[in-house]
Amino acid sequence: MILLRDVCKTYQVGEEPVHALDHASLEVRDGEFVSIIGPSGSGKSTLMNIIGCLDTADSGAYLLDDIPIEDYTENELAKIRSRKIGFVFQSFNLIPQLTAAENVELPLIYQRVKKAERRRRVAEALERVQLTGRIHHLPAELSGGQQQRVAIARAIAARPSLILADEPTGNLDSHTGQDIMNIFHELHQGGNTIVLITHDPSVARQAQRSIHILDGRVKEVAP
Amino acid sequence: MIQSIRMAVKSISGNKMRAFLTMLGIIIGVMALVILVSLVSGATGNVTDTIARLGSDQITVRVSDSKGAPVTISDLNAWMEEDAFGPLAPVATQSVTAKYGTATGALTVYGTTAPYADIQKLSVLVGRFLKQADEQNVSFVCVINETAATELVGYADCLGEELRLNGQRFRVVGVLRDDDASLTSVFRSGSLVAYIPYAAFIRLSDSVTSEVTSFYVSAGAGSTVEEAKDRLTEILTARFDQDTDAFSLSSQNALESAMTSVTSILAVLLGGIAAISLVVGGIGIMNIMLVTVTERTREIGIRKAIGASRSMILTQFLVEAVVICMLGCALGILGSWGVLRLITTVVSGLSISFQMSGGVVLVAVVFCFFIGIVFGLYPANKAARMAPIDALHYGG
Repeated sequence: MILLRDVCKTYQVGEEPVHALDHASLEVRDGEFVSIIGPSGSGKSTLMNIIGCLDTADSGAYLLDDIPIEDYTENELAKIRSRKIGFVFQSFNLIPQLTAAENVELPLIYQRVKKAERRRRVAEALERVQLTGRIHHLPAELSGGQQQRVAIARAIAARPSLILADEPTGNLDSHTGQDIMNIFHELHQGGNTIVLITHDPSVARQAQRSIHILDGRVKEVAP
Repeated sequence: MIQSIRMAVKSISGNKMRAFLTMLGIIIGVMALVILVSLVSGATGNVTDTIARLGSDQITVRVSDSKGAPVTISDLNAWMEEDAFGPLAPVATQSVTAKYGTATGALTVYGTTAPYADIQKLSVLVGRFLKQADEQNVSFVCVINETAATELVGYADCLGEELRLNGQRFRVVGVLRDDDASLTSVFRSGSLVAYIPYAAFIRLSDSVTSEVTSFYVSAGAGSTVEEAKDRLTEILTARFDQDTDAFSLSSQNALESAMTSVTSILAVLLGGIAAISLVVGGIGIMNIMLVTVTERTREIGIRKAIGASRSMILTQFLVEAVVICMLGCALGILGSWGVLRLITTVVSGLSISFQMSGGVVLVAVVFCFFIGIVFGLYPANKAARMAPIDALHYGG
């Protein structure tokens, strides 16, 4: 599913080069629920950007569904993101002018799915996150938990191989956060592959497997 | 595409006031273009109508080389049977000295036939115009204009008086009205003019023979000037051994062509100024689109993260710019229509109708479309080229 081998990424911050990822290697198999945990500045955002095909590595190999992701043009990366990856962000990242249902529909529009099919899949995705009542509301009219449910519905509507969640509970209170985590558990039981990035050990522990990242180096922690 | 337009409408309607202000440049530009061009073409239409009524629908024919087949008056009479033609009349002209008693004056004589009055739309004040019988009998009669009657004879109602033209006696049978109903009478109202039968002119002048070298034709009731010209060219080409240089046809009245060139220059000039204001409106759109792109950096990042490609983002912002332009264009056209209706009502006394011409509307629509594309391209491209991670983390 995901295979990273000796991936390096260096940023230039002023004069100093910063090794955000230093020979990171990592494997995630189909249907796994993996958490990546590390303090801020540990390189986990960079790791997520590379796994999410938002950015490419300086060196090393990355295989997603056995496809090597290197030297791709931005458009090819966009296509891979569209088909294979569903993002869930800490700050929800819904488009404020669009209603909940329209936000969920958007990735399907970019995939050029037909209208009737889109409508069916939007309803299905919203049902899976148990949000059916307020689907014609704008994000600003929804609570944080509800917004994150919409974001999850948006991620799963495109039927990606991988759901990539970046601190999905970071902006929520612990109770709502747990609700969201329960949705991830359900999705996992439904056969989805999930990579969850967090700095919170109690969230990380809920995954099958935890991977620790510190100063750009990755190491596996026994659950 | 429909999806992009719906998205564009959605984001425009999210900020109506700004969208309207952005469109204002285009609205004003379109209104300026459509109203000015329509006003000019309305006024031009009115003037050319007037000129046409004065007799610009006549065709002037000059034969320079008759190739042994001279045109005669009986030919003209025969051609008058054709559907394409209205009346035909020969014309020959010469300046002569006219005498009435002791009064003398320089007078222009036209040798012609009865249909001339119809072609030139001359109107008779007293008496009659030349008749067919005058031609057949070679009568020495003349029809003079009002100026000639008053200046030479001394009074307008001078039927039966005799003038001497180059010593030859001519009896006055009619006096023409100097009015503004015909261009000919307008042009000739300041000078002394007499019309005499063509046959009499041959006797009077050494240079004129029964060979007609110059004649007037007007188009038949059911046909246009162009059709009449085509038919005449056909007849004359066949007659003069296929030599199209042997004769010349002209239908454009000098005044009318001058008018047309002046007004078309005016239309282009005003249209050009209006087009500049449209371009300025386009720059306004580009400005706002650039602001919009910066404001929506995060949205662009989100869209890219969930799978929008560069071309999809480009299309989205380009369509938005074009939609703003086209909405502005539509409002501008609507506004122009209202203003033109208002002007037509206000100046209804002048009986000028200012119609919105389809041509200028089409030009405005096409122009706005291209302004949308041209000025939308740069901001849209800027949006499309944003790196997804940078855009996503913009402003937190």
